[in-house]
Amino acid sequence: MTTLWVGSRKGLFRYDETPQGWNCAGAPAFLAAPVTMVLDDPRDGSLYVALSHGHFGCKLHRSDDRGVTWVELPSPAFPKSDAADAPSVEMIWSLVAGGADQPGTLWAGTLPGGLFRSDDKGQSWQINQNLYARPERARWVGGGYDHAGIHSILVDPRDSQHLVVGVSVGGIWISQDGGQSWDLGGAGFVANYLPPGQANDLVMQDPHLIALSAADPDRIWCQHHCGIYVSDDGGRNFREAVGVKPSNFGFAVAPDPGDRDRAWFVPAQVDQLRVPVDGKLVVTETRDGALSFVSHSKGLPDEAAWDLIYRHALVADGSGKRLAMGSTTGGLWVSNGGAEWQLLSANLPPIACLSFAP
Amino acid sequence: MATIRFTSHLMRHRDTPMIEAAGSSVADVLAAGLADDPVLQSYVLDEQGRVRKHVAIYLDGRLISDRLRLSDAVAPQSEIYVLQALSGG
Repeated sequence: MTTLWVGSRKGLFRYDETPQGWNCAGAPAFLAAPVTMVLDDPRDGSLYVALSHGHFGCKLHRSDDRGVTWVELPSPAFPKSDAADAPSVEMIWSLVAGGADQPGTLWAGTLPGGLFRSDDKGQSWQINQNLYARPERARWVGGGYDHAGIHSILVDPRDSQHLVVGVSVGGIWISQDGGQSWDLGGAGFVANYLPPGQANDLVMQDPHLIALSAADPDRIWCQHHCGIYVSDDGGRNFREAVGVKPSNFGFAVAPDPGDRDRAWFVPAQVDQLRVPVDGKLVVTETRDGALSFVSHSKGLPDEAAWDLIYRHALVADGSGKRLAMGSTTGGLWVSNGGAEWQLLSANLPPIACLSFAP
Repeated sequence: MATIRFTSHLMRHRDTPMIEAAGSSVADVLAAGLADDPVLQSYVLDEQGRVRKHVAIYLDGRLISDRLRLSDAVAPQSEIYVLQALSGG
């Protein structure tokens, strides 16, 4: 049985694929609480959910029995400071498992932008001071939120010490030593929202999401604010996909874990029009490393649709055969291979994140 | 001893019985009353010790004036109510 976790504005839903088809497994966990991230840890089956309560702040919960019962964990927190504008974690924007050789290790990226590590399955957290202390961080700015945030954390499956982090807006940061030191990646990005002559500023780039190919972890895909990019050296250098139709703007990218050249995207029209181009929701796919793209619409709405797919709401399973997509207007679809989509619900709350059970 | 009472809204997420605690300021009373449950404290205060933006704390019928340091003076029989602000809904 395949399970799909759906993190929504109103709780965590579970969908199961049975021989009879996909079924929603009842009422959501954390009903009415905004879910910002879900992690189904492939190493031990632990399930983590990050919430962002409207009144009571950012919270983190873990289930050791596949979502039947939950224990609340301390949320990552910034160090205590006397400064009047000292940061407070508003949202966990990324939550990933450490390497297979690091049982219990988790990484969390937050808004405002902090990178946190836990080595005890979320019972305690430490901020990565080495990234936080980088002087360039003073130039990070908000992208869609009031503050800059860390939404992407990639752990190289070949080397757990190799990390790549995506910041909106703050560029791509690479560590080869488990977070002790950091370098800026992202050469080749072009930020057309900056003044002339500054478009290549590595710090001011807005990678909406970065994702590595499990088939070749040196290949990193990026849906950037200004286009689709591909790296073949672990995020240090990127080339831009050209001529992408119907649009090169969007938030999500889902690489095929079994094919380094294959990935899926969901285009929106442009920065100031964050809706499907001409109201037509499509998924785009490349099979040649972003040299060309095809659009898929079978099973997606025939009528005008205004769904936006957030950055963590287009995912592939471990085989790359199943895909899932959730929208800001509560649409949830699944697909085998991406060419044809099946609507599971058009009436869910706004969807922030999806995760297939490993 | 001052008393701390919580909104039923918060009880959905955390066991929040009425608490009695001593202290001369709201900060002192909350620190003493919530010392055994830092997770509950995190629902009321952020990691900098400030009242969360969308939490309202009433002291003897009035909103506290110092949301940053919670220095409002507390009397031995004071009542503190921790409520959700409508702004966060």
